Amino acid sequence: MLKVRNIHFNYGSTPVLRDISFDVDEGTLCGLFGPNGSGKTTLFKCCLKFLKAHKGSVRMNSTDVSGLRIEDMAKLVSYVPQEHKPPFPYLVREIVLMGRTPHLGGFFGVSRKDKKIALDALEMVGISELADRSYNQLSGGQRQLVLMARAIAQETPLIFLDEPTSALDFSNQIKIWKVMQTIVEDGVTILACSHDPNHVAWFCDKVVVMNENGIAAEGQPSDVISEKTLGKIYADICSVRTVDGVRMVMPKWVIEKNYGYIGNSVPEAGTVAGDGGNL
Amino acid sequence: MSEWFQSLGVLRRMGYDDAKEVSERRKVIVLISMFVTLFLATAVAMVMGSYKTSIADVYLTLLAHFTPFYEVSNISNLHNTIIWDIRFPRIILNICVGIALAIAGAVYQGVFRNPLVEPYILGASSGAAFGAALGIVFPAIFPSIQISAFIFGSIAVAVAYMLARVQGETPVVTLILAGVIIGSIFSAFVSILKYIATDTALREIVFWLMGGFYYATWDDIITIGPVVLISFFVLWGLGWKLNILSMGDEEARGLGVNPEKYRFIVISLATLVTAFAVSLVGIIAWVGLMMPHAARMILGPDNRFVIPSAAMMGAIYLIVCDTLARTLTTSEIPVGIITSILGAPYVCYLLRQKGRVIFG
Repeated sequence: MLKVRNIHFNYGSTPVLRDISFDVDEGTLCGLFGPNGSGKTTLFKCCLKFLKAHKGSVRMNSTDVSGLRIEDMAKLVSYVPQEHKPPFPYLVREIVLMGRTPHLGGFFGVSRKDKKIALDALEMVGISELADRSYNQLSGGQRQLVLMARAIAQETPLIFLDEPTSALDFSNQIKIWKVMQTIVEDGVTILACSHDPNHVAWFCDKVVVMNENGIAAEGQPSDVISEKTLGKIYADICSVRTVDGVRMVMPKWVIEKNYGYIGNSVPEAGTVAGDGGNL
Repeated sequence: MSEWFQSLGVLRRMGYDDAKEVSERRKVIVLISMFVTLFLATAVAMVMGSYKTSIADVYLTLLAHFTPFYEVSNISNLHNTIIWDIRFPRIILNICVGIALAIAGAVYQGVFRNPLVEPYILGASSGAAFGAALGIVFPAIFPSIQISAFIFGSIAVAVAYMLARVQGETPVVTLILAGVIIGSIFSAFVSILKYIATDTALREIVFWLMGGFYYATWDDIITIGPVVLISFFVLWGLGWKLNILSMGDEEARGLGVNPEKYRFIVISLATLVTAFAVSLVGIIAWVGLMMPHAARMILGPDNRFVIPSAAMMGAIYLIVCDTLARTLTTSEIPVGIITSILGAPYVCYLLRQKGRVIFG
């Protein structure tokens, strides 16, 4: 679905992306994970052609995007930015309807069908009741959900999300990831960047880990979110444990503070099993 | 009422109707009532003036000129001159300029993503002022004040746009800064001309800067009318794209709207109508800032509704202000003074009462 090949990008003379290549299969929720400054957002922008990559190619749905017009590109991939306030107080339904723009024609073009699709998208993310509220007066989490509804209304096979959960509270973070999983079940491919290792480990089908030198690891979350990879990008501050079969990434010093040592099962045995050493 | 709307296939095709959606139908009704108000305001303004005419005189005169049923020769020469040659073109010019400034304001506010922007932000007014001052001070070299005002108004905006264009992109902040720079340069040039002007010329420059419709003729209407009409419909048609542009460049790209292309189109059209308006009637403040705000207050920020309603309110507002300008005292008051005196308190009110709703 998405094939990124040998992307190079510099800001001035500072290289940001060097020879980045990865693939995302259709119907996959792929997490793009990495520390601040590793170039996640830049890579995003290169894929979406907001920035022009100096070398390399991006193929979506086996089309090379470099020759695509902005109008055609918007039928292939939708972009969910981090939530922000626009200068004018549009209604939620208007914001979501904006997602229909690539499919509109004619003088005004907004048809009843488009409005229906927009309302359906709101329903899908579970915020139909917000349709007639002013977008600017919503909470950050609600705004993020509205932007996701807009991407759904755009009906593209591929959705890019730029740190969709970074400014949200715990329950909204989980809600957003759940919505993404629902979307993926319909055959849509998602690339979401995140800097929370737990989120990508829990919710993604595939993870691409980036650091300053390019792609540090790529593959299934269970293979990729390991102490070895995290040690590479975070200078050895993380410990990976399994709690009830769920992988948890924790700061090492928290474990040291509580248990005094690393790499062994803890007293309340059975529930927590350390596997840090093996990974 | 609702069947009547259903029957208007045009409205449906424009995306205005939805059986379930009361709000949009209400908006259309508001637009229609604004149009009716504009019509009534025109009628009232036709009657008002230092020479009293009755509405029947006005009706007969217009009937004679617009339809074959009534002969112009049946009307007294005096009525014909006052109504057809003086008042009517002046009011039509009010409407054209009101529409021009209001839609330009709405468009600029949308593309610059800033509700405090006005049509003169890119230097159109300063450039036009310089052009007009040149025409006043050096009539031998620049025989037409209007043409030179138009040329320099357009040059100012074009220079600002080119100044802001870096590597094929025109970021909004750079564009506004460039407009401010160009505007202040041309203002300085105007000051130089004022400094070297004779007393009579200086007086004329000052009057021009305050704006006025004193010399409205049918020629003016023929110049500005088609331009305003065409730009209005094109910009109205781009209303939805303007909504998208106001979300920012990256989102616009993500939603399939080329920000560079459409920004260029809408800024060009908005500048064109502004330059025409300024060159004909001088600098009239507040209309371009205020009318889009008022439109957003009444109909919400969707530009498909903001543009037509701002246009009609701009037309109504200028008719009211200009009628006051020519009737309040025995001599005329420059209309720019009235638009500002009436407009400033309104914006103060907006800021205090509705600030949070409108400014986000």
